[in-house]
Amino acid sequence: MREVNASEITNIVKQLCIENNINLDKDVTEKIIEFEKKEDSPIGKQILEQILINAKLATEENRPMCQDTGIAVIFVELGQDVHISKDNFYDAINEGVKRGYTQGYLRKSVVEDPVFDRKNTKDNTPAIIHTDIIPGDKIKITVASKGAGSENMSEIKMLKPADGIDGVKDFILDRVKRSGGMPCPPIIVGVGIGGNFEQCAYLSKKALLRPLNTRNPDTRWDTVEKELLTRINQLGIGPIGLGGRTTALAVQILTMPCHIASLPVAVNLQCHAHRHKTATI
Amino acid sequence: MTEERILQAPLKTKDIEKLTCGDKVMLNGTIYTARDAAHKRLIQLLEDGKPLPFDIKDQIIYYVGPTPEKPGEVIGSAGPTTSGRMDPYTPRLLDAGLKGMIGKGQRSKEVIEAIVRNKSIYFAATGGASVLLAKSIKKLKIIAYKDLGTEAIREIYVENFPCIVAIDFRGRDLYEKGPEKYQIL
Repeated sequence: MREVNASEITNIVKQLCIENNINLDKDVTEKIIEFEKKEDSPIGKQILEQILINAKLATEENRPMCQDTGIAVIFVELGQDVHISKDNFYDAINEGVKRGYTQGYLRKSVVEDPVFDRKNTKDNTPAIIHTDIIPGDKIKITVASKGAGSENMSEIKMLKPADGIDGVKDFILDRVKRSGGMPCPPIIVGVGIGGNFEQCAYLSKKALLRPLNTRNPDTRWDTVEKELLTRINQLGIGPIGLGGRTTALAVQILTMPCHIASLPVAVNLQCHAHRHKTATI
Repeated sequence: MTEERILQAPLKTKDIEKLTCGDKVMLNGTIYTARDAAHKRLIQLLEDGKPLPFDIKDQIIYYVGPTPEKPGEVIGSAGPTTSGRMDPYTPRLLDAGLKGMIGKGQRSKEVIEAIVRNKSIYFAATGGASVLLAKSIKKLKIIAYKDLGTEAIREIYVENFPCIVAIDFRGRDLYEKGPEKYQIL
């Protein structure tokens, strides 16, 4: 049994929230550079250049790359041999979010009741926290800062098993097409397939955590990802939706077993400000 | 590609008439920020027959909710938010004199009709280029709804704010024409 003080969790979460919003990961900038070279639309090319300049400025000037610093989505892999002392685990995480968003001059974008009043909680809490218990004595924490522009364009659909792979592809393409410029393309398309209703939505978000320079380990799904990326970039939506070849940087699929009568598919869109960072305690 | 056009706010109809969808614009002058919650309040004022907190005639509204500014900064990061959420309110504001909007994403049929009816214009700015765009904002004053925090109405002075004409006064829509040009069927 390893003892971890809850304040360590708070500190890590705080740092990840700030770091996330200022520094765009290299795998994302590299993808944007790759697509910028291939972009035929002059306006599209200029927009991709602006995005790259913006990322550089954000790092140099220590400012959030986007004003929508998101709701904090936190994935924790908690080793079963860890004992957390001094504070409640979830409170420690939320305290980290509160400190990160307050001390880091990040925007507070969370409201209390989703319908009535919509009063801002003023510290960006509560975070959305997903916890997996795993073997070992480490705690792996990933903070994703998820903006609403792309999140609002996400969708889940319970397909019929008979819809098969074509039904899955059509739903994903249709979702991207209907989103147009609203999710801030170029986007990353996170797809969850299988599980059940809520698990499928979770998979689609988790699929976004895979680094953009990696491939799906399942060759069948790797092929589907490549085909979908090509077809999405043939839609012509382009950077910020004003036309061009660069609509998505990647399609990333995560699957799991499901009920004999089900075929759930979830699409979670991610804007080009693709922010997630990980630390291990 | 077209050269960048210099444009002065508040807007003049003769300047709007010179612009076509796809034109690159460098905007200068005083504009106002407002997003979801502020729009709701503005519409309520119009419905109650009360005056708006600023004279909306010929003005531009920028849909933005900035991050908090650090000491010494005019404004925090300040890129556009999704305009579509303002669609239910926009025709009413255009009919009341609003001339231009800056945001991101496509607009509804009703908004495009109101743009044509009022000879107004919609600009797209690069979503997520929020540090770059904040650099063009030189002065800021909160003029209404301070309680809304990031959603308060701010009067801002911009210099060479880069944007693109997305919907021109004739209703030509780059969100439709752009993808049409580049799609591969």
